[in-house]
Amino acid sequence: MAEDALAVEETRKEPARHVEVTLRVNGEQRRLELDTRSSLLDVLREQLGLIGAKKGCDHGQCGACTVLIDGRRANSCLALAVAHDGAEITTIEGVADGDALHPVQAAFIEHDGFQCGYCTPGQICSAVGMLAEVRAGWPSALSTREGDAGPPALTDAEIAERMNGNVCRCGAYPGIRAAIAEAAG
Amino acid sequence: MRPFSYERAEHSVGAIAAAADGAGRNAMYLGGGTNLVDLMRLGVERPGHLVDVSRLATDGVEELPDGGLRVGAAMRNSELAAHAIVRRRYPVLSEALLSGASGQIRNLATTGGNLLQRTRCPYFQDASKPCNKRRPGSGCPAREGDHRNLAIIGHSEACVATHPSDMAVALTALGAEVEVAGPRGDRRVPMPGLHRLPGEEPERDTVLEPAELITAVTLPPPLEGGRSRYRKVRERASFAFALVSTAVVVDVLDGTVRDCGIALGGVAHAPWRAERAEAALRGAPATRDAFGKAADAELSLARPLRDNTYKVPLARNLLVQTLEELCA
Repeated sequence: MAEDALAVEETRKEPARHVEVTLRVNGEQRRLELDTRSSLLDVLREQLGLIGAKKGCDHGQCGACTVLIDGRRANSCLALAVAHDGAEITTIEGVADGDALHPVQAAFIEHDGFQCGYCTPGQICSAVGMLAEVRAGWPSALSTREGDAGPPALTDAEIAERMNGNVCRCGAYPGIRAAIAEAAG
Repeated sequence: MRPFSYERAEHSVGAIAAAADGAGRNAMYLGGGTNLVDLMRLGVERPGHLVDVSRLATDGVEELPDGGLRVGAAMRNSELAAHAIVRRRYPVLSEALLSGASGQIRNLATTGGNLLQRTRCPYFQDASKPCNKRRPGSGCPAREGDHRNLAIIGHSEACVATHPSDMAVALTALGAEVEVAGPRGDRRVPMPGLHRLPGEEPERDTVLEPAELITAVTLPPPLEGGRSRYRKVRERASFAFALVSTAVVVDVLDGTVRDCGIALGGVAHAPWRAERAEAALRGAPATRDAFGKAADAELSLARPLRDNTYKVPLARNLLVQTLEELCA
């Protein structure tokens, strides 16, 4: 209790610190003034109005906030926006090519890779990043032993392992795995 | 979250000076932030100043003249796990990294930050509870409370926390050294010596002094003829911390163990080097019986708590099975 009271007092006394940060979000340069405490997720949702990425757990455990930072998938809730000054951010709003859906988006629709849809933006951004990792020959916990023999085969188990950072409360996993397998080609 | 000022370091000398200058404001280094940002949000960590070291030029690997490998502290866990030399020569390290966290987290997390992540003891992570590690002298509810996942070796009255890193367990079995730079110069700390046992000062996870910065991890040349493996037991198949894990490097010739490096995870406040098991195995026949004796020699040190006695046979079985698999 004493510790909590102290923490609150400390936070009241100290002024918020603001910084200028530039992010390239879905191809558009955005100059922002931020509180240093802002997560990338809060900046996207509350300052830029991009509400596709979701705040599920806010602890990096559910994956609903997944976006691509410089082409790599990451939890935007754990990323301090100030630490990613100058980065290229792609959110679910930016994965399609104009009116043409991204192949992963199209496959999610084709295979019913969702029910309520809350985790879907994170699932799709994560799958886009994951498929790029596979093309680059990155191993997973299941495929470290395959050596340098090219990209690993995307079996159901392999997809599940590589998508372990995205939770679906509706349990749409079979459709999600089928969609990703199709998008992988 | 407590307000904090932020600066991005351009080089390690500048980072160390900034951390030393910010000591009065509880300055901390920021790597990928995957643990620190979460702990700040929980009110467990309250830095007034962050020195961002995630963009220092220490983000790659370098082959050393002796056949070893130097891994920069800012290298991301995903890149290290995928690196061709690591996969070929130190597969245990790649396996350990890939057994931890998720793809998203590994893309952010750095080598230095992985080593310095804090325990996942539930009392440490809950700022409303007493915890000697978070608030020295406030007590340890885990001893009588929820300690099912906590330490069986090397714990103290003050703290029964475990270190959560998988990577650190592999580095310990490999005999890695941590390169540290600080206000008083550079030094090298052999694993598992970076991490302390809790003793009377559980608030100190490591031997690092204020403002000291991890700049790299050095791996010795791989054991000639050696095979290695990381195995991890947890409550679900993926994206969970270890109950018990083991990293084993072993060289067997004509049915005899010539040399080995063995470490256990999830059992102590530090990655645990199984020195007694190693000593029992060197020169021993590569048999199930010898593996069991080696595991028993190590686990004779175990002092499990009320609800984590299961970890003793779990660690024994895991170690024996892993050795059998590598020596088959």
